[in-house]
Amino acid sequence: MKQGDTHEKVMIEKVDRAMFVRYAGASGDFNPIHWSEDFAKSAGYPTVFAQGMFTAGVLGTFLTDWVGEENVRRFRTRFVGQVWPDEAITCKAEVTSVGEGSAEVKLLVTNEKGEKKIDGDATVIL
Amino acid sequence: MSDWHIERGKIWEFARACLNSSDAYNKDDAVIPPTFPRTISFWTQPGRGETRGRERMDMRRVLHGEQEFEYVRPLRAGDVLTTESHVKEQYEKEGKRGGTMQFVVTETVFKDQAGEVVAYARGTTIQTGKPATS
Repeated sequence: MKQGDTHEKVMIEKVDRAMFVRYAGASGDFNPIHWSEDFAKSAGYPTVFAQGMFTAGVLGTFLTDWVGEENVRRFRTRFVGQVWPDEAITCKAEVTSVGEGSAEVKLLVTNEKGEKKIDGDATVIL
Repeated sequence: MSDWHIERGKIWEFARACLNSSDAYNKDDAVIPPTFPRTISFWTQPGRGETRGRERMDMRRVLHGEQEFEYVRPLRAGDVLTTESHVKEQYEKEGKRGGTMQFVVTETVFKDQAGEVVAYARGTTIQTGKPATS
């Protein structure tokens, strides 16, 4: 791994709301805004949207597939935009610096239109 | 403080929910996925973990702004952790759609069965000035 290395993958071809329900069960985040159409609309949203941590978890999958499950020492995500049903989700990573035994990686999640959903960064050991 | 047992089955269930089917998450000494400690805030008692400071928030107006995890070592099935959380920062900003946005930054420190600090979680929760309008 060297500075400037990049990695990119379409992680979800079509976001399905069943993914939000499954993540709710696995994580314990049962905020109804992610699975109840009525509740989401009462809050002023057009429909339900993904838990930020679901999308962050998918980004984590993308990163560990690339660098190894045991090698992530820091993982930060900033939630910029909601992820909606039927969107396609792409994850991108770029190595910004390489130090002694570890590297810093910049992370990005976008939809099929290039709209930013998450930006973040991680420290991985080499 | 309350004990949090990291369980193999829960790791696998969580990994699958994050669209991950790596065998690394489906064995006796399975490592946890990077965002797994977030679950602790939802499975511990009200008022514990990162839910602290959110009790009076209106869930229609709550957004998760940012989340960071830092690991001293990989955490695995079989680890028994205790947590201590504190509000690190609390501030307000004027929202773009009007109204005041409240920010709460909490930090949770995880210690293992040997009493060593093994991980940190830092989260920012935002309560918007008014519910979203489409």
